[in-house]
Amino acid sequence: MTRTLKRLAHMVFVLWAIASILFLLFRLLPGDPTLAYIDPSFTDDQRQQILRDFGLDKPLGQQYLIYFGNLLHGDLGISFRQRLPVLGLIFTTLPNTLLLTVTALVVAYVFGGLFGAVLAWTRRSRFEAASIPLVLATRAAPDFWVGMVLLAVFAFGFGWFPAGGASSPGATFSSQWARVFSVDFARHLVLPAATLAIYLQGLPVLLMRSNMLEVMNEEFVTMARMKGLPERTVMLRHAARNALLPLVTAFALGFGAAVGGNVVIETVFSWPGLGRMLVDAVQSSDYPLAQGAFLLIAAVLVTMNFVADMLYGLLDPRVAHGRH
Amino acid sequence: MGGIRRLDPYTAAGLAIYAVFLAVGLAAPWLAQYDPTEILMSDDGQLAAGLRPGAAHWLGTTSMGRDIFSQLVMGVRPSLYVGLTAAAAVATIGTAVGLVAGYFGGVVDQVLMRLADMLLGLPFLPFVIVMAALLGPSLTNIILAVVLLLWPNAARVIRAQVLTLMQRGFIEAARVTGAGHLRIIVVHVAPNVLPLAFLYGSIAVGISILTQASASFLGFGDSDVISWGYMLQDAYASQALSSGQYFWFVPPGLCIVLVVLAGFFLSRGYENLLFPKLEA
Repeated sequence: MTRTLKRLAHMVFVLWAIASILFLLFRLLPGDPTLAYIDPSFTDDQRQQILRDFGLDKPLGQQYLIYFGNLLHGDLGISFRQRLPVLGLIFTTLPNTLLLTVTALVVAYVFGGLFGAVLAWTRRSRFEAASIPLVLATRAAPDFWVGMVLLAVFAFGFGWFPAGGASSPGATFSSQWARVFSVDFARHLVLPAATLAIYLQGLPVLLMRSNMLEVMNEEFVTMARMKGLPERTVMLRHAARNALLPLVTAFALGFGAAVGGNVVIETVFSWPGLGRMLVDAVQSSDYPLAQGAFLLIAAVLVTMNFVADMLYGLLDPRVAHGRH
Repeated sequence: MGGIRRLDPYTAAGLAIYAVFLAVGLAAPWLAQYDPTEILMSDDGQLAAGLRPGAAHWLGTTSMGRDIFSQLVMGVRPSLYVGLTAAAAVATIGTAVGLVAGYFGGVVDQVLMRLADMLLGLPFLPFVIVMAALLGPSLTNIILAVVLLLWPNAARVIRAQVLTLMQRGFIEAARVTGAGHLRIIVVHVAPNVLPLAFLYGSIAVGISILTQASASFLGFGDSDVISWGYMLQDAYASQALSSGQYFWFVPPGLCIVLVVLAGFFLSRGYENLLFPKLEA
């Protein structure tokens, strides 16, 4: 219990620190600090109003307190370009990012778990020797470039998939759910999800392989063999099952990192998600929106790191949980 | 550590790739037939744009009439510059912080490690983009952002290594014979963490090159420097994908894959050296 509380306190500390770094970054940037909140095209009245609302006419220390107060109330400010609350804008793009990330992660980890087990099984074979550099190459490939190649081949070359976006122009849906479960959405999802999955699968493959190799030397596997169980049962029931545990934590960590790492893939495929919104916001100096999107991506990352830590303790009894 | 003498195939492949790219990078001005930024005209006075690969232009030309092969060759330089500078900085800062935190412990250790935690909580690419936007898009600023985010990984592991070293007899022996802190750190502790510094340095090569390419692709790179990321961004923005100009956007991507892969191979060789138990 104390470990959980300690870890929780650590998470809150990191979140606070990140929010503070962001506060300083956007205010210490060269030039007029109020530029972080006020667009030159605002009228003078609007400008004064916003200055007062965000306390930008006050000293830095007081501004910091107001910033945190607003943050805790979920008030992330108003986007310059869209003139809408940042929080609402973020929540319209978040589902797209989550769907892309989760689809790709599931594909990557199912494939990675199986393929990693096969590699451990076929250890020292020519197949393994050829596979490992190939898997490393998928980790070395820039994800946006893989996306470009897939686009050129499958969207422009064969014309099998649309070249970008999350739905066809003019398509209307009765609800968010109807949109997400439509064939149109699925067709748009294939290429970006495949790109992300190609990038993500390398870690579970290598992780599963080394876990399997380690587990295969453990006593309970030898025990299963000695009981005369068939090799298949030993591998699947006993070795693979235990080797899977670290993959669960890696999945949680991967989720946290992918939400932020989607930035380029979403841009290549014009996928209307959080990452592309961040890039657009930074490029058009829409600071409140950029700040909000960044904070949310960071919050997901830090939370998933926490979840991964907790899962690790829960799932693997060998990591004595709270018994030390 | 006899492993250095019988080079494992991964290390050998990694070193070979680095050697080739270093040679190409050094010879780039002679290998490139054209100025990579020059807008070329064909003999009949027309813009030599979108030419297919041929004898005059080995990889064809861009939609602005620039020679793609020359860009590719000149693009070796910024990539190697980013990779090697970031690696050196990550290894140096990581080692320094790890040594100080591990050796002195107490408040110094606490402060440095909490700082590392904070930085590790920052989402990687989003932070690099924001930094590049605030400080201005340049190679140096991208290196700065990457180093800021990568040193904590190295520092953490090196600190842990220092903590175990401190339990060993030879440190105690040095102290008893009257060696000062600086002497103990530099002469007795540092040499034992150097392999780790190299490992994290070689990992940083790949990550920084990939990050620089991504940042350039997103428009946060230095637009005066012809890098592979810039080439890919140019190709993407110029509709090279829909017109099937594979010779434009495939080579720069493959070059990035090779350079980053070489870093992975080297760090893998190092891991085998450091943790022989993992060796398959």
